[in-house]
Amino acid sequence: MAAPVFDPTQDFFQLLGIPARFQIEGALLDEHYRALQSQVHPDKFAHQTEAEQRLAMQWATRVNEAYQTLRSPLNRGRYLLKLRGVDTQEETNTAMPVDFLMEQMERREAVEEAARRSDVDALDALQRRLQSDTRSLQQQLALQLDDENHYNPAAAAGTVRKLRFMEKLAEEISAAFDEIDN
Amino acid sequence: MALLQISEPGLSTLPHQHRLAVGIDLGTTNSLVATVRNGISVVLNDEQGRLLLPSVVRYLEDGSVQVGESAQAAQNLDPSNTIVSAKRFMGRGLKDIGDVSGSPYRFVDIPSTGSGQAPGMVQLRTVAGVKSPVEVSAEILKQLRARAEASLGGELVGAVITVPAYFDDAQRQATKDAARLAGINVLRLLNEPTAAAIAYGLDNASEGVYAVYDLGGGTFDISILRLSRGVFEVLAANGDSALGGDDFDHRIYCWLLAQNELPPLNPHDTRLLLTRARAAKEELTEHAETRITAVLSGGEIIDNLLTQQVFHEMTRNLVSRTLQPLRRALRDAQLTVEEVKGVVMVGGATRMPQVQRAVAEFFGQTPLTNLDPDKVVALGAAIQANVLAGNRSGDDWLLLDVLPLSLGIEIMGGLTEKIVPRNSTIPTARAQEFTTYKDGQTAMSVHVVQGERELVADCRSLARFELRGIPPMVAGAARIRVTYQVDADGLLSVSAREMSRGVEAHITVKPSYGLSDEEVTRMLAESNAHAADDMRARALREQQVEARQLLEAVQNALDEDGTALLAPDERAAIQDGMAALGAVLPGSDLPAIKRAVSKLNELTVAFAQRRMDNNVARALGGKKLSDLEM
Repeated sequence: MAAPVFDPTQDFFQLLGIPARFQIEGALLDEHYRALQSQVHPDKFAHQTEAEQRLAMQWATRVNEAYQTLRSPLNRGRYLLKLRGVDTQEETNTAMPVDFLMEQMERREAVEEAARRSDVDALDALQRRLQSDTRSLQQQLALQLDDENHYNPAAAAGTVRKLRFMEKLAEEISAAFDEIDN
Repeated sequence: MALLQISEPGLSTLPHQHRLAVGIDLGTTNSLVATVRNGISVVLNDEQGRLLLPSVVRYLEDGSVQVGESAQAAQNLDPSNTIVSAKRFMGRGLKDIGDVSGSPYRFVDIPSTGSGQAPGMVQLRTVAGVKSPVEVSAEILKQLRARAEASLGGELVGAVITVPAYFDDAQRQATKDAARLAGINVLRLLNEPTAAAIAYGLDNASEGVYAVYDLGGGTFDISILRLSRGVFEVLAANGDSALGGDDFDHRIYCWLLAQNELPPLNPHDTRLLLTRARAAKEELTEHAETRITAVLSGGEIIDNLLTQQVFHEMTRNLVSRTLQPLRRALRDAQLTVEEVKGVVMVGGATRMPQVQRAVAEFFGQTPLTNLDPDKVVALGAAIQANVLAGNRSGDDWLLLDVLPLSLGIEIMGGLTEKIVPRNSTIPTARAQEFTTYKDGQTAMSVHVVQGERELVADCRSLARFELRGIPPMVAGAARIRVTYQVDADGLLSVSAREMSRGVEAHITVKPSYGLSDEEVTRMLAESNAHAADDMRARALREQQVEARQLLEAVQNALDEDGTALLAPDERAAIQDGMAALGAVLPGSDLPAIKRAVSKLNELTVAFAQRRMDNNVARALGGKKLSDLEM
C-alpha cells in the first residue's frame, strides 16, 4: 500500500469537497471547512507524536488556504481560471477599458477627499456603491465561468482584473476609516 | 481467568489515566492557574486559600526571590527591586515603553546588535543583578507551577498559557521563553479573549456572534467570534498592547502630583502614590468619592478627595481609546454593531463603571459579566489544556484563532510589503519567490516586520536573516522561495529554498527579543545554586516524560489503526522502535533516550500520514482522498 502523502498541489475544490464552479453553496463550504479542521487541526494532535503534529500543521494550513481562496469571490474566480490554465495577468495586463480606469481614478480621489475631510458619511456612501458594483461584476463573472452559453475565460480574466481594482479601492476605504479613527 | 496486564516499570501508563494539565493566565497585575477537575474548570488556590497571585517579583540581595503577596507587601519599601507589571516589558525595547520618568525601575537599554537591527528587550537592574522581563515572568510561572503540582499531586504534562490577542510575535516568543525557563511544557499559547469565550460559550451553549472586551492591567484586547455548533471561530482581533488598568492608576497619580504641586518623586514615593492611586480607583467602582492620604518620605502630607465624576473625566480618553480598536475589529469582521449578539467583559479593569457604560452604549446592550472577569481567562485556558493533553477524546469543539497583526517584509525605500494579512486564520503560510539582482550574487537578506503601517520604521522588526549559499548565477536566474509559516501559537518560522538546486535553509525566526538556547541555559544556571546537577536531572526527567508520552501516543495509534493501515513488517519496525525506547527509558543515559525518541518519531512518519489522510477522508463523509484525485 502506497502511503498517501501530504500533497500541496491538490486542488482546493477537491480538498473541500465542493464542485469546481464559481457559484458555490457558501453554507456547504463552511460546513466542509469546519468538518475538515475538526479532523486535522493541530489542537487535535497536541498530545500525539511529533510527526503527527507537524503534519497537522501542514494540513490545517492547507485547509485554511483553500477556504480563504474559495470563500472570497475574487480569489475563487482567479483560482478557477488558474485551474483552467488562464493567467489573469493582474500585474502585467494594463489594457483596461479607458472609461473604467477613469471612473476608478475619480472614485479614488473621492475616497482621498472624504478621508481628508474625515467625512464618514461620504465614505459610507462610496463603500455602498462599491459593494453594489462589485456584486454586479461577480454576477457577470458567474456567467462567464459557469454558464455554458456565456462561457468566456478571456473575458472572465478581464472581470477578475476589474474586481482586483474594486478590492484595492475597498482596502483604501478601509484604511481611510482607520485613519479617521486614529 | 482474566490475565493481568503488566506494563514495564515506568513505561506505560493506564490507558485512561488523567494527564495533569493546567491553564495559566499570566496577567499584568495578577496571575492564576486553573485545571479541570471532575469535568469542571476550577482555579487552584495556594495554602492560604488565595486564588490570585499578584504578578510581583522582588529580588533580594542574597539572591533569593519573593513572588506574589510577600513581594507586593514590600513594593513600597523596596520599589526598584520589586518588579510589578513585567508583562508590559515583555518583548519590548526601552523606546517602546515610552515615558519612564515616573517609573521606579532602573532600566537597562540593550543596544542593537548590528546596523539596522532593532534593539534588544529592555532589562531591569536589581540588587541581584540585571534581570530580563522574561526571567521575571518565569519566576511567576514557577510559582504557579509549584502551586499546581502541590495541589494536583504530580508533575504537569503541560500548560496552556494565555497571551493578549494583540501580542505580537516578539511578545509571544518572550512568553514562551519564560515558560521554558520555568520548566513548563507549553501545550499552546492561547489568546486571552478566546480563552474567555471558551469559558462563556461552553457554559451557556451560545450560538452567534460575540464580542469579547478584555481590559486587563496593562493590555486591551477586543475579539469578535462566531460560535456555532462547537466551533469557536475568531473573525477579527484588535487591541492595544499598552493600554490597561495601570494607565487609569497613572492618571490618578498625575492628578495627585498636580493637585499637590509636587516635584518629580523618588522611587519610594512614586510607588507609594501609585499604590494609593490603585486603591482609589478600586474604591470608586463602588463609591461616589474616595479620600487619598499618604505621607511622603520628605514629610509632605497628601490628603485629597477624588470624586467619581473627576475620575471619569480624567480617564475619558483612555476609555475612548478602547473604542477605536472595537470599530476596527467590527469592520475587519464585516459586521455591524447590531449583528453582535452578546458582549463578554473580561479583565479586572472592566469593573470600572465608566468602562461598562461606554461598552454598553457602543453596543446598545448590557455586557455579560456573570463570570468573574478575573478568573474567566484562566478557566477557559484550563478547559483547552485539558483537551490538548488528550483527556477528553469525545470532545468535538474546535477553536479557530487568527493572527492579530499583519506580517510583512521590507522592500525598497523602507516600505513594507504585506505577506500575511492580519486576521488570517492560523495556522497559515505564505510563500514568496525572490531572485538575485547581481551576477554571481550568493547571499541576500530579508527583513521581517509585523504591523499595519506602511513604513518599516513604524512596524515591529521581528527578524533579519540572511540567505547564504545561493549558487552563483547571472542576475535574475536564481529562484529563492521563502515560506513564512505561522503556527497555532501565532508564532512565525521562516524557511527558504533555492529552487533550481533544491538547497534548503531553515530559519526559525528568533525575534530580536527572543532567547537563544544558550541564553536559556545561562539563565537557568544563574537562577540555581546547584545548577549543573539539577539541570541534568531535569533534562533527563523531561526527556523521560516526553518519551513516555510518545510511547503512549504511538501505542494508541497502533491500537486504533495499526491493523488497518500498516503492513506487518511496518508494524514490527515500529514495535521494535518502541521496545528500543522502552529499554533505555528507565536508565539515565539522556543521549540514548533522545536518540531512541527521534528514531521512533522517524519510524512513525508514514503511519502518521496515513492516519491523517484517514481523518480527512472521514471529514468528507467516507470519501477517500484517492477517490477525489483527478
